[in-house]
Amino acid sequence: MRRRELVVVGVVGLLLVVVLPVCNTLPAGSSLYVPDFTLNLFGKFLAYAILALGLDLLWGYAGVLSLGHGVFFGLGAYAMGMHLMLEIGSKSVYQSALPDFMVWNQVKTLPLFWRPFYSDAFTLAAVVLVPAVFALAFGYLAFRSRIRGVYFSIITQALALSAWLVFNRNEMNLGGTNGLADFKTIFGYPLNLAATQRGLYVVTAAVLVLAYLGCRWITRSRAGKVLVAIRDSETRVLFSGYSPARFKLFVFVVSAVLAGVAGALYVPQVGIITPAKIGVLPSIEMVVWVAAGGRGTLVGAVAGAVGVNWMQSWLTTSYPDLWLLFLGGLFMGVVLFFPDGIAGAIKNGAGRLQILTRRAPLAATPTGDARSRDLSRTAHPRPEPASRTPLQ
Amino acid sequence: MRRLLLVLFIAWLAAPAAGQAAPLSAAEAERALLDLAGEDGDRREAAVKALGGTADPKWLEFLAAFRDGNVFSRVKAGKTEVLVGGAKSTQGDQEVIELKAPYDGSARGSAPLASLKEVAADRRLRVVIKPFLDADETRTQLADPDPGVRRSAAVKLGNQAQPSSAAVIQDALGKESDGWVRHALAEALALVQLASGDAAVRAEAARTLGNLHSTTAMPALRALAADAAAPAAARAVAARAVGQIERWSMLTATVETLFQGASLASILLLMALGLAIVFGLMGVINMAHGELMALGAYATFVVQNWFRAAWPGAFDYYFLVALPVSFVVAGAVGVVLERGVIRRLYGRPLETLLLTWGASLIIQQALRLWFGAANVDVSSPRWLSGGVPVMVNLTLPYNRVFIIGLATAAVAVMYWVLFRTGAGLRIRAVTQNRAMSSCLGVRAGWVDATTFAVGAGLAGVAGCALTQIGNVGPSLGQNYIVDSFMVVVTGGVGKLAGTILAAAGIGGLNKGIEPALGAVFAKVAILVAVILFLQRRPAGLFATRGRNAEA
Repeated sequence: MRRRELVVVGVVGLLLVVVLPVCNTLPAGSSLYVPDFTLNLFGKFLAYAILALGLDLLWGYAGVLSLGHGVFFGLGAYAMGMHLMLEIGSKSVYQSALPDFMVWNQVKTLPLFWRPFYSDAFTLAAVVLVPAVFALAFGYLAFRSRIRGVYFSIITQALALSAWLVFNRNEMNLGGTNGLADFKTIFGYPLNLAATQRGLYVVTAAVLVLAYLGCRWITRSRAGKVLVAIRDSETRVLFSGYSPARFKLFVFVVSAVLAGVAGALYVPQVGIITPAKIGVLPSIEMVVWVAAGGRGTLVGAVAGAVGVNWMQSWLTTSYPDLWLLFLGGLFMGVVLFFPDGIAGAIKNGAGRLQILTRRAPLAATPTGDARSRDLSRTAHPRPEPASRTPLQ
Repeated sequence: MRRLLLVLFIAWLAAPAAGQAAPLSAAEAERALLDLAGEDGDRREAAVKALGGTADPKWLEFLAAFRDGNVFSRVKAGKTEVLVGGAKSTQGDQEVIELKAPYDGSARGSAPLASLKEVAADRRLRVVIKPFLDADETRTQLADPDPGVRRSAAVKLGNQAQPSSAAVIQDALGKESDGWVRHALAEALALVQLASGDAAVRAEAARTLGNLHSTTAMPALRALAADAAAPAAARAVAARAVGQIERWSMLTATVETLFQGASLASILLLMALGLAIVFGLMGVINMAHGELMALGAYATFVVQNWFRAAWPGAFDYYFLVALPVSFVVAGAVGVVLERGVIRRLYGRPLETLLLTWGASLIIQQALRLWFGAANVDVSSPRWLSGGVPVMVNLTLPYNRVFIIGLATAAVAVMYWVLFRTGAGLRIRAVTQNRAMSSCLGVRAGWVDATTFAVGAGLAGVAGCALTQIGNVGPSLGQNYIVDSFMVVVTGGVGKLAGTILAAAGIGGLNKGIEPALGAVFAKVAILVAVILFLQRRPAGLFATRGRNAEA
């Protein structure tokens, strides 16, 4: 199993990291040619997939549903966006050293918190550290007091709403509703060149492969086992002498970092970041990628992020009115009929097919495969309804 | 009171004669009319003043017609005649106009328009006419049966502070019986006097204004207090009055903030009530609650349109019909949602959360496709517009008072249903122990469906109430829903008192810190406060205390 997965990851990784960009360099007439636009679109999807991996780690494995991951995505994206804004320098419309929106808002000097973003190294560090520190503080408060289940989801949703409100304010000096845009170069490379975009795509795909391997490493480790145990029964983990809060905090920070990195890779490829990307709706859309792809399976998260966004970019251009109906239907359909998403459905179907062809129960041999199947079966236990004190 | 009488006496002495009516003799009137038809600007102006000075409604009516270009003159048998035009008609190729005599309005036949000369009022004359007509208008308004109209007329007079209106105000003050209108009139009178020249009158007026807590007078009083030319005594009086008014506005601001807090808390409570009951019973966080509210609001819109089309006379009562209709509409959709999908997912709160979010997207988009993306217009019935004055400078809007009343009533009804009826008993039984209740013959599924319907119906009622204070659009629910989740989370499950307290706390805190931080950062501060609060009580204000470790 492990070997097979490694092979699959290697093949898909090679396809994404090497073959697609090479096809992009082929002459436009070639049958294998990948247009710049498609490659760019894929780069965006893969950035989302990085975020989905982190969310899956948090929700699919540890059972913690965050409805506020747009915030961490936004923190990484804004950190990168701020650096790109400063790189524009005086090539902007107003030819001022300040970003254009500051000129509109009559800001005369660069605010202090913008200054460090002149440095490349600081920006790269901030992309990782800002979401991490923020997640650490928020997660510490939340998990320490054992806010869990629906309560945690609601609190993170309120976080997304608050962040959206705050980033919309002009006095935050983050571009207000219009966000950050009009970038010219990234670390000196002009963004309008196809080669730069190809490079960004390769970096994104490579980061995705690395993130996948990292997440797989976590789920295979002892900590990963504890995470699954927390999902299935937090109280029993607590009684066994573990501290669920620490494990949850760890995975929360990891997923926030992945979201921040995804945001930082998203910004130069899409060319704009606005508060609309970090609000309540985008945050919950991220959850549906994971749900549709199949939570508790890392492959599912990646497939879901790419698949749902592909669907979105097709539907919003062809049938703009239908997109929200489709998204709502996807939510309901996945929850009702495919609780384990596409990955779960495929696995299920494959299992049944095997049974039909071999006419023998698969679970007869206690292999690793069977063990993981058992896990996914208990992925969503129906706990006994808790007894409650009377209404008073 | 004695001071007020003194003021009135002084004012009576100081009252200029301009406002007094001076009747015209027939000969004077005749001459004024001829002057008006003449060419000499000064004489025309004098004529207007003479006619307007009578304060006779019939002459004022004539002046209005004059201003509107509806007065004509013709020369008949060597004598100029001034007439007022009436209805116009076409006879053959001529336009014919009916004519009336000025003042008494007796018919004078009709004549072709071409044979008449229009007596036009130029800009200068219109400027002269305006104060006469305005004064007449305020006089009519001051005699209006509606105290609100009388009061706003008095406020207008005070804002203009024309010395000429003192007599009119005093006249009205003598006849007025309504306390609020009397207050407004006394304030207007003092404002007029404050603008007069006599230092003693001004000082007395300043003292009166201080006692009346008039914020309108603040700029004038400040100017008087800082006026080096004014006598020291008057300046001191003015300064004291300023202090008095400032203290009063602080008091009214406090009361207003408390009221706004109570109003926000009621809105949150109306929304959170349905959410909390459903959450307590089934552990389901209903993300579609906001869209059920939007459904209630749109149901109100539809009912309003029915009334407008079918019974325009009973339009003011549409809201009384809309309230139950929105309850039923939202409740019905709630039942469909519960029986259709949610019931398959009991015991899996996170899945229901996603499921209901999906449902909310579908409802929202359906509303957008059906009613359009723009906000729709829901007008308030007359009995919900306006407000009740409770203190000087503080009027509480009826719609907010109504919402506070509605929330109180909803809580009272819910308490009664839960603790005084058989259905409530079954709801509490299932909330406590679903399995045991089923064993004892309670149809848990039926209880779930009715409870969900009631919760959804309450959302519909909340949406109906929101039409009176905010915009009605497809994303109506989104604006409040996160706040009401916060109320439910802070309040904890299982006890209505928790929801009520949390709504009051969050609503009050929000409005309390809003003046200092602004609306956005107040919201952020609320979130921080809730997170810190949950540090102490992770399961809300009234946590459930069971022996089950998972609870």
